[in-house]
Amino acid sequence: MKLAITRAGLIRAGVFFLILILVPVVGGPGWLLNTLIFTIMYAALSSSWNLLGGYAGYPSLGHVAFFGIGAYATAIIFTGSVYGGYAPFFVLPLIGIAVALFSIPIGWVSMRTRADVFAIVTITLLFITQTLAFNLKNFTGGAQGKSVAPAPFDVSTYDWPFYYAMLILLAIAMGISLYFRRSKIGLSLATVRADEDKAHGVGVRVTAVKLIAFAVSAGLVAMVGGVWAYYVGFIYPQFAVDPLITIGMVLMAFLGGRGTLWGPVLGAFILVPAQEYFAQAFGASELYLLAYAAVFLVIMLFLPRGILPSISERLKRRRASAAGAARDSANAAPTAIPTSEVKAVR
Amino acid sequence: MEVESTASGTPTKLLHLTGVTAGYGAGLILKGVDLAVTKGEIVCLIGPNGAGKSTVLKTVSGLLRNAGGSVVFDGADIGKLSSRERLHRGIVHVPQERSLFPTMTVWENVVMGAFILSNQGLVRQRAEEVAEIFPIVAKRRSAAAGSLSGGEQKQVELARSLMLDPALILLDEPSIGLDPKSRTSVFASIASLARDGRTVLLVEQNARSGLAVAHMAAVLEAGRVALTGTGQSLLEDPEVARLYLGASAQGPAAALATR
Repeated sequence: MKLAITRAGLIRAGVFFLILILVPVVGGPGWLLNTLIFTIMYAALSSSWNLLGGYAGYPSLGHVAFFGIGAYATAIIFTGSVYGGYAPFFVLPLIGIAVALFSIPIGWVSMRTRADVFAIVTITLLFITQTLAFNLKNFTGGAQGKSVAPAPFDVSTYDWPFYYAMLILLAIAMGISLYFRRSKIGLSLATVRADEDKAHGVGVRVTAVKLIAFAVSAGLVAMVGGVWAYYVGFIYPQFAVDPLITIGMVLMAFLGGRGTLWGPVLGAFILVPAQEYFAQAFGASELYLLAYAAVFLVIMLFLPRGILPSISERLKRRRASAAGAARDSANAAPTAIPTSEVKAVR
Repeated sequence: MEVESTASGTPTKLLHLTGVTAGYGAGLILKGVDLAVTKGEIVCLIGPNGAGKSTVLKTVSGLLRNAGGSVVFDGADIGKLSSRERLHRGIVHVPQERSLFPTMTVWENVVMGAFILSNQGLVRQRAEEVAEIFPIVAKRRSAAAGSLSGGEQKQVELARSLMLDPALILLDEPSIGLDPKSRTSVFASIASLARDGRTVLLVEQNARSGLAVAHMAAVLEAGRVALTGTGQSLLEDPEVARLYLGASAQGPAAALATR
């Protein structure tokens, strides 16, 4: 199950991050950096979601709650204009750790359910958080929203700190993803996703690894939320705890291939620019959401397990038939831990 | 009642259940089970459906905690230990239902048997040893476990159970759902475990085959041990034959022929 870090993998990651590091320096049209910030943000969110929804097989639909909590934490700590500067970035790790710890009891309760029931339980988490954001007016400003300390960055490079902060969070999420895959945690999560009872039988600490995946995933998402709040500068409950953000991170992981390292990143780099393009093409109407859904449906129709697992399965099949090798097809993607089996809810 | 030790007279009881009660929810399934397993022996538990045979195994492996009585293993009461801690002590449970991870390869499944060990060199060495005992492991090494037949999967499960070099192997109905040929090879594997000095507590619906490989046996009825003896003596017991073997008492040759 453990995957070695291959030279090809290192080169792939190196090229990917090098290009992204250089983009602001090289420059480009004004919209590019802004679009990339949101693309990288969603790649980081989806990669973080994937730790729980992909590797552990617990498809949370409430992860935007942690995004919102991270956003409000930043807005509450850096309210007005007293602080500002780079301080909100340095506080992020503390927010991440605090939210991770805070999420443990939530994970402990919600992960007593599985599969579709778990998804529904986590949706309630989303709405509870949004309702609290609307109603705890002393902290959140309620429906009037809450302003974050303005960032005192130079206009010409204003986006850079946010861009690099998102990029670092993506690197961290992918690093943890890679670590999960290569460690006993990843192996444990793979058995948990396959069958928790069987996992118990071979001595996997089922509850512990589930909670680790939940907490790490929630903490990362909260940190992304913190950067987002500082970037947009003014947050409202309906945007900080927006079901569309939850759906976005889930769809991107499904599209690229959940339970893979690069799948969520690929999904984000397809869907976010597509969404931006459609939003522009269809103007202010909500039609872009239909186009967005259509792209997703088409891909899921032809690549039902997500792009990366489907492609590597096809490659493998072609290679196998070329070599005339014995049947070995059920074990599909070398880069993916199969996620096909959905365990019945007990 | 207690299963007497072998004729050697120096009993080395590896496992000792005394007055064990256990159940799920309100009702008790085990109503005071007394049972002992001597080191190096195969003990077969037979009995009708619902008697609590599988439940006995679960209270030993820790999948279920005993409500009363004591479960003593290697001189220590293990009743409060988690199933993981019992694995560390060398108690391995092969459940009745298929327990391999179907999308993992055969080899990965075998290695999973030593999940709790951290010495990867030892794990690899054990896996190679196990593959020699169970040829299917080497032969279908990189096939997805789910693509194997039921009998092959059971062989892989038995192979996996050896990965911890277990002190006690709990086998729950290993022959269930298998065709006669696979059944024969599973029982051959169990007999070979005994020759290697493994200790096995076996639950078997297929009483004739189970008793034939067992040194000692016990009949479980309604949550209590109703009868104990050597495997051979129960095979020849007319009452056991009438109730569980589906025929009048037959000799061991007949028993072997029909398995």
